[in-house]
Amino acid sequence: MGSLAGIGMGLAVIGAGIGIGNIGAKAMEAIARQPEAVGDIRANMILTAALVEGAALIAIVMAFLAG
Amino acid sequence: MKLSKIFFALVFGAAMLFSNISIAQHDNDGHDHATHEDGAHSAKKFSAKETAFHHIADANIYSTGWMNFPLPCFLYDKDRGKLSMFLSNKFHYHGHHGDGSEIVDGYVLNGGTVMKIANPSPEMLSEDHISIASKDTHPFKFEKVTVGGKENEVSYFMHNGKRYDLIKKTTLDAGVFGGGLTSFYDFSITKNVASMILVCLFMMFAFFSIAKKYKTRDGKAPSGLQAFMEPIIVFIQDEVAKPFLGNSWKKFLPFLLTIFFFILGLNLFGQIPFLGGSNVTGNLSVTFVLAIAAFFVVNLSGNRHYWEHIVWMPGVPAALKLILTPVELLGVIIKPITLMLRLFANITAGHMVMVIFVSLIFIAKDMGGDNGVAIAWGTSLASILLTMFMMSIELLVAFIQAFVFTILTAAYLNAAIDEGHDHDHDDAHATAH
Repeated sequence: MGSLAGIGMGLAVIGAGIGIGNIGAKAMEAIARQPEAVGDIRANMILTAALVEGAALIAIVMAFLAG
Repeated sequence: MKLSKIFFALVFGAAMLFSNISIAQHDNDGHDHATHEDGAHSAKKFSAKETAFHHIADANIYSTGWMNFPLPCFLYDKDRGKLSMFLSNKFHYHGHHGDGSEIVDGYVLNGGTVMKIANPSPEMLSEDHISIASKDTHPFKFEKVTVGGKENEVSYFMHNGKRYDLIKKTTLDAGVFGGGLTSFYDFSITKNVASMILVCLFMMFAFFSIAKKYKTRDGKAPSGLQAFMEPIIVFIQDEVAKPFLGNSWKKFLPFLLTIFFFILGLNLFGQIPFLGGSNVTGNLSVTFVLAIAAFFVVNLSGNRHYWEHIVWMPGVPAALKLILTPVELLGVIIKPITLMLRLFANITAGHMVMVIFVSLIFIAKDMGGDNGVAIAWGTSLASILLTMFMMSIELLVAFIQAFVFTILTAAYLNAAIDEGHDHDHDDAHATAH
């Protein structure tokens, strides 16, 4: 695999990391504020994180194909 | 109920059919097995990458920690038009590397995977089996060749002073991941297929017995396996089906439950140590078939409102529609693709991380020089702790990925069957989300 593709993968992971980190942080805040809604918040958190992850996965696979 | 049965058959049947025509498994990643982890061939350097790829790949033998089980091989040769059927122990493999020392019908077993000899001599096809290596040697070598800018590995072996190249089995990836259409198909019951059959049989036993209990113990508290499974089933029903699917949750619940338990069962089965560690949900073909099932369920149940918003978004200027329509159409395909990739990447990464943490021991041994063995013993303590930590995380991932696949399918279904709030009829379901 080319090193350029590796850099591309790394960039995609940075983006997804920031995104999922934000989702997790906000979900924690929301749970702290409203502990009774923990079930709903967790389900939605996982759903949103999965969507962010999807974009990163496409980037990683593209990097694989290019590399 | 009927719908669920059709999808059950579709998902399992297709998954089994496709799983051994594997799309992107790096089946043949340099099985120069002198580099393997058993330490018996310490002359060569240990390669964590090769070991990891070997352990996530599908195989034609089922290796547990201490035993190798042969699996039936069904190989179809396009050129000769011949279907060969035999058990894979005819290759006389040894150890868990799965290098066979016999040629059977023009095929060899290289690193647990059946490969065809490109230029077999006449007696290799006519004789029942020919020995190419003595026990405990590794007859197969590989070299890297560059074809059209892509680096490929070609495996070969030497017999009577002549070099014989090996052909990989046909894959459906059009050569993107190093495979492509070759001259033979492998319809065997591979390791992945065998694990899938095992898990499906267990699931059928479990769920039929649970279903029976609901009849015999009607009105009573659940007991045994039923009590264990009921919260999971109710969780999918209440957290996934009902909030997303409104009034039609009953229609799609069987499909969602099937997908959830199929993925969960195989995720968990692949994590049992010393039981093969088969990487079924980390096989692109299997997740591909699951995604195809989700794709058809979503799009075939899509209503007018759904298609209208994809093809010709209402309430948007015409110029913008020209941009929106291709994007929305792409979205229809990208959604199942991300479903496929997410499950594949998560499970494969989990399996690989585990192997690589164990590999740390052997990497340390190689780096340690004269004190290698002592350093390896020291590293093994850290390595075992790290691996156990990762395994507990992977246990979580097994549940989360099964749940994510299910909830995303439900979310896409929600978009497909939602009547839209602007139409203002039958508002009962709109309150559910």
